[in-house]
Amino acid sequence: MAIPLSYNFRNLIVRKTTTIMTALGIALTVAVLLSILALVDGLRTAFTASGNPLHVLVMRKGSDSELTSNFTRTGYQDLKFKAGIARNKAGEPMASLEIVTVINLPSVTNPDGSNVTLRGLSPVGIEMREVLRISAGRWFETGKREVVVGRSIAARFPSAALGQRLRFGRGEWDVVGIMDAGKSANNSEIFADLNQVSSDFQRTEVLSSALVRAVDPVAAAALVNDINNDQRLNTGARTEAEYYESQTSSAVPIQFLGMFISAIMAVGSSFAAMNTMYAAVARRAREIGTLRVLGFSRGSILFSFFVESVLLALLGGILGCLLVLPLNGVTTGMSNFVTFSEIAFDFSIGPSIMATGVAFAVVLGALGGFFPARMAAKKEILVALREV
Amino acid sequence: MTTEETVIQARALTKEFVRDEFHVIALQDVDIDIHKGEFVALMGPSGSGKSTLLHLIAAMDYATGGEIRVLGENLRAMSDGEIARWRNHNVGFIFQQFNLIPVLTALENVELPLKLTNLNKQERNDHATTALKLVGLGDRLGHFPRQLSGGQEQRVAIARAIVTDPALILADEPTGNLDAASAQEVLSILSRLNKEYGKTIVMVTHDAHAARSATKVRHLEKGALLPEGQLPAD
Repeated sequence: MAIPLSYNFRNLIVRKTTTIMTALGIALTVAVLLSILALVDGLRTAFTASGNPLHVLVMRKGSDSELTSNFTRTGYQDLKFKAGIARNKAGEPMASLEIVTVINLPSVTNPDGSNVTLRGLSPVGIEMREVLRISAGRWFETGKREVVVGRSIAARFPSAALGQRLRFGRGEWDVVGIMDAGKSANNSEIFADLNQVSSDFQRTEVLSSALVRAVDPVAAAALVNDINNDQRLNTGARTEAEYYESQTSSAVPIQFLGMFISAIMAVGSSFAAMNTMYAAVARRAREIGTLRVLGFSRGSILFSFFVESVLLALLGGILGCLLVLPLNGVTTGMSNFVTFSEIAFDFSIGPSIMATGVAFAVVLGALGGFFPARMAAKKEILVALREV
Repeated sequence: MTTEETVIQARALTKEFVRDEFHVIALQDVDIDIHKGEFVALMGPSGSGKSTLLHLIAAMDYATGGEIRVLGENLRAMSDGEIARWRNHNVGFIFQQFNLIPVLTALENVELPLKLTNLNKQERNDHATTALKLVGLGDRLGHFPRQLSGGQEQRVAIARAIVTDPALILADEPTGNLDAASAQEVLSILSRLNKEYGKTIVMVTHDAHAARSATKVRHLEKGALLPEGQLPAD
């Protein structure tokens, strides 16, 4: 049987200042890591929530984003009667021709202005996005310079609040509504009438993309194949889910930077834990000798000090989780390098992310604790007993 | 005395080491037999080798020459793990500085060696309580070492040494850090353990008064064990 855990717990309590300082060091490292993971997870959630697997997005061949794509009205006419496209209650094909561009608006964090995605679409495009709800005001009317802004845009861009007037294109546009798109990226967009936007931006014939809904997943796959092989259209198609999934690459640079900083901090925290445990081993040399005389093996000593280091790190891990917990649900924004516009999303700190943080802390404790524990186990009894 | 009753048997036991380039002979050609039920006091001036002999008996150190058998076992032939188990089952050790674990209560300190046995929690608790009552500390079970006097701490250490019911008790200057009254209490307990419970005890001491509690006194001088009855020259 091993040395009782109470021995380790109480030793951590006895040297509480050292314990708290070391645990806080680990907690900060865990907090940095979790912040990055929460950010990336929030961004990923925003993108994955945006993609309906039945939706097929059609863009110019070779385009990676709607912003750099073009799609003609003629192509749309050929597209919308393809087999496999669902129809709405009125019997109309569920195919939405859309124009996507960016406008510049001053934000709370960037008074000089940030790019925001403006999407021109027809009523069928809104109908296809069932997750959309008007949380304040109303939908825009066709033929008018009216916009509906996403919830995140309304919160982060004061000039885009309900009742405000935005200036872009050829005139001023009234903000008549705020839409709630759940967790999807549409919260970071501004919606307006397709024809009004295309007219203001002088792109009446060449727009950006088309979104069509397939009757079922099998039809969606067939539709993607059909469109990709249609020489007349010269377009590329993929499911909306795939399109948004590819945009999570926006998070890669910040994820890399975060991981890099976390790794550097982890080395520091690990050394702090190691230092604390070396000090503990030195201070308790006589106890180690006594335990050996009582019959505890070298393995028991190693395990006991190793566990103590892990317990210390566990405390740091839990503290780290508590430190970042207030971030959960906080909205932030970052540039989407695919659409060159800002995407707003919520930090998401779920159980799996917290478990990752605690596991990370345990690894730090294990790395920092192993060598001091090994040193404790290797001490000769008489040498240990003579140390003060 | 028959061979079966010999608890400790050393022949030409020698311990040499090098310290700061000096060759030191801590123990030289020591022959000694200690029999079951004896209470032997090892006396001698500092550096005479008495503690070294005690450490060799407890397998806390290894001889560089000669051989030693304790409770019939050749300790040199045993692995580290085997010695740890053997020590736990057969030897109780009492230190001059008590060496209690400061974060554990008296009961938990005494219970520690029992963690290595097959006893369940309740049995461990019962055994430790009995041992503490035996040394007169039945009312101090939940006290931490810092809440006890030196004499009480040493009595907890004795309880810890006897809780596994070992055949051999080794004590290294057990009264060295105690006032006269506490020292007398500790010696009385050791005498009782020897007389009433038949424990074999080897005690290292500087104190002639303490040595009088023993049934036999052996003197060491400059690493050599003097013949029975002979005192050091100075």
